[in-house]
Amino acid sequence: MPDPQVVIHVNGSPISVPAGSMLSTALLMASAPCRISSTGEPRTALCGMGICLECRAIVNGVPHTRTCQTVCQEGMRVETQP
Amino acid sequence: MPGFDLAIVGAGIVGCACALEAARAGLRVVIAERGVVGGGTTAAGMGHVVVMDDSPAQLALTAYSRSLWRTMAPELPAGVEYESRGTLWIAADDEEMAEVFSKQTTYARAGIASQVLDPRELAEAEPYLRSGLAGALLVPDDGVLYPPVAAEYFLSEARRLGVVLLSDHEVVRCGKGRVQFANGTSIEAERILLASGAHIDLLPSLPIQKRKGHLLITDRYPGVVSHQLVELGYLKSAHKLTADSVAFNIQPRLTGQLLIGSSRQYGDESREINHAILRSMLERAIEYMPYLKGLSGIRVWTGHRAATADKLPLIGPTADHTLFLAMGFEGLGITNAPGAAVLAIDALLNRASVIDAAPYLPSRIQQEAVHA
Repeated sequence: MPDPQVVIHVNGSPISVPAGSMLSTALLMASAPCRISSTGEPRTALCGMGICLECRAIVNGVPHTRTCQTVCQEGMRVETQP
Repeated sequence: MPGFDLAIVGAGIVGCACALEAARAGLRVVIAERGVVGGGTTAAGMGHVVVMDDSPAQLALTAYSRSLWRTMAPELPAGVEYESRGTLWIAADDEEMAEVFSKQTTYARAGIASQVLDPRELAEAEPYLRSGLAGALLVPDDGVLYPPVAAEYFLSEARRLGVVLLSDHEVVRCGKGRVQFANGTSIEAERILLASGAHIDLLPSLPIQKRKGHLLITDRYPGVVSHQLVELGYLKSAHKLTADSVAFNIQPRLTGQLLIGSSRQYGDESREINHAILRSMLERAIEYMPYLKGLSGIRVWTGHRAATADKLPLIGPTADHTLFLAMGFEGLGITNAPGAAVLAIDALLNRASVIDAAPYLPSRIQQEAVHA
């Protein structure tokens, strides 16, 4: 039996990920940066444990959410943090 | 160690601006700093370059200094983060709106541009402010900068002109042409300029009181705030000489971060965060801008302002003819640094100043208080 999947929206596009995935993983799967630095560089999760803050993104409209500490939920919307 | 024309104590924004001004005048200058350049009182400032009209003398010095900042703005390195977004003095009610008009009249007389905004124009200028505000005064030429980097810039320009920096040098005594350091060494100089911010241990009799302040900086939220926002009630609370107070004061930084203040406390010399004051400061900010409640703050810190009783700095000679002061700037040290540097070096060289230097002379207070 296949693993259960959830559908989330990354920068407006739906993607299907295994239930229980971290949002940072989903962003990597979608090739989307988590955030853009103040000098314009795309950044993504580095430490994976909520310390480095490189994985911040806008989740359901809330800016600066740590995507490496957030589990994907059905229908969640995540956007790259400007 | 060779003799110097001028020894400056303290490499904060005022000391560094004085070093540059003195070097430009051809003086041989040494500047001593015990900690990090711009890391003391300078680092505790918000960096608001603002014309203030508490008194004619305060208006004259802030307007003069702001004009100097505006002149040098194009050559400031990017790291100084100088931006001229303008100040909005926000009126909560009709009483404060009356102050808006009176402030505009005062500024107009001094040649300072300003514009009255009605509630609709204010909401357009700053859509995240709460509704129901009475209006505001926009002072478009006010600015903001990052103070420690501005101090470093002045110092690097000064060093390019030959100024000697003694870092990690704590001064334990100064006066009578000699500066004595904690490491046992000393230097001689024709003149000494004390610019040690809120550190008044060298002249404990200086009529300066420390006023503690708290600041919070948020994560990056670009586009939420466009101007330096200050409640007009700030003027009322900032004038209280005894009680603790908080006021809505917020600045957008180039990074998109928001710097939120402000608090004033007497009699607390610690650097620790007072959570009751911090809470009331943030509640005040949220009252004006409810949206702030959902934002994430990433750092809180404190510092001390160096306040004088008449809210004017002490710039010029003391009874010890070798010892000069550039002290007591309270919340206007960043704004006033360039103007104060010109006045201080003018006094040192007996040059005439562009603005009347008399209101800032230390001799206006009891001379024995500033006798080393």
